[in-house]
Amino acid sequence: MTVAIIDYGVGNLFSLASSLRYLGVEAKVTAKAAELRAAERLILPGVGAFGDAAAKLRQSGLFTVVQEQAAAGKPLLGICLGMQLLFERSFEYGEHQGLGLIAGIVQDLQPDLLDKSLKTPHIGWNSLHILRPDPLFKYFQDGEYVYYVHSYYAKDCAASTLAVSDYSLPVTGVVRSSEGAVWGVQFHPEKSGAAGLRLLRAFAEI
Amino acid sequence: MITKRIIPCLDVRDGRVVKGLNFQGLQDVDDPVALARFYNEAGADELVFYDITASAEGRSLFVDILQRVAAEIFIPLTVGGGIRNLDDFDRVLKCGADKVSVNSGALADPGLIAAAAQRYGNQCVVLSMDVKRVQGRLHIFARGGREDTGRDALEWAEFAVKSGAGELVVNSIDTDGVKHGFDLPMLDAVAARVKVPIIASGGAGCVEDFMELFQHPGIDAGLAASIFHHKQVLLPDLKRQLQSAGVPMRI
Repeated sequence: MTVAIIDYGVGNLFSLASSLRYLGVEAKVTAKAAELRAAERLILPGVGAFGDAAAKLRQSGLFTVVQEQAAAGKPLLGICLGMQLLFERSFEYGEHQGLGLIAGIVQDLQPDLLDKSLKTPHIGWNSLHILRPDPLFKYFQDGEYVYYVHSYYAKDCAASTLAVSDYSLPVTGVVRSSEGAVWGVQFHPEKSGAAGLRLLRAFAEI
Repeated sequence: MITKRIIPCLDVRDGRVVKGLNFQGLQDVDDPVALARFYNEAGADELVFYDITASAEGRSLFVDILQRVAAEIFIPLTVGGGIRNLDDFDRVLKCGADKVSVNSGALADPGLIAAAAQRYGNQCVVLSMDVKRVQGRLHIFARGGREDTGRDALEWAEFAVKSGAGELVVNSIDTDGVKHGFDLPMLDAVAARVKVPIIASGGAGCVEDFMELFQHPGIDAGLAASIFHHKQVLLPDLKRQLQSAGVPMRI
């Protein structure tokens, strides 16, 4: 069982690769299209700004490879900015096209907060509330805590939202494409302690 | 609901964890990897490592420790100590750090905060500030609390956040190691000036000190070292008591 972690020059992949190895999952950090095609599962990581990341994914030539593999039904998990990239568009510093694998947009969290005393970025441990059962939650209990770090969030995606966290509004935590094998998590499972590892384990077993 | 965070801090010199009183009289405490594992199992919400090593030899020892910790502990790790330029950011991020804490390096080159935030994102840049009262004013001290920069702490906090610092670790030299409680008036003053998470540091001596700290809504996290290392306060007890008192905690 090989999981390919897509390396397109955004962020630090040490922890993600370590967490999968810790679980006994064969994981490979790679920028090669052939290796992505050969892998059984894909993880799209990412930190930083949406526009930069989308541009780097295009420059690496992997943008269309990810789209093609998702269309072929290969399980794909987007993490943090990698999850946001799954959507159609983002409005982080301008307007940018995403992979378009899940319907919805990515927007600034701050103007939508109902409690204006809350800080952005939304940083820290928040409990995750499951709205719909999913194989991704096989080892995860409703209300467990996960670690978030983000300023933008996915919205207009109710049809694909599986779980949310409360930050004076329901912040989209986990999504899944209506067609099936594309998942996204806004938080960092590789930084969410035992609960996060269990979520990664479930993805590796899907 | 988002929780308040409890963060043990490990000062590492030449591969060992140390903690001094008022930054002086450093004492050996424990092996950093074993201690990190212990805190992870006890429910620490994050870990902070400060590399207070001077020699290049000690530095490579630290890199090795960091990699070993990051390979088996999956909670956020912040690394600080001797961060002077983007190469230093790069070096610790590649070893598994999630956030990098800058202090004296940012005082020497204030442009470092913006440069790092642009390259790695605001969430990655933590400004650590050592604050001490000097004739009724809050001053920023450099070089591990040894040098008064004369800079106003509140202005420095505001500048750092505008430049892109995503969190502030605010350490009171007046209360550090004294264990009579956090420096609440100072922390409130900083929290009122900026809208990024504030991690309070310096002065925790008992569970009640954290209870009092989290009565202050502007404070997001409490950081401490020796009381955890010496098991004067046990993390699971502390978190349970805070939760019973109505403070949101990850248990």
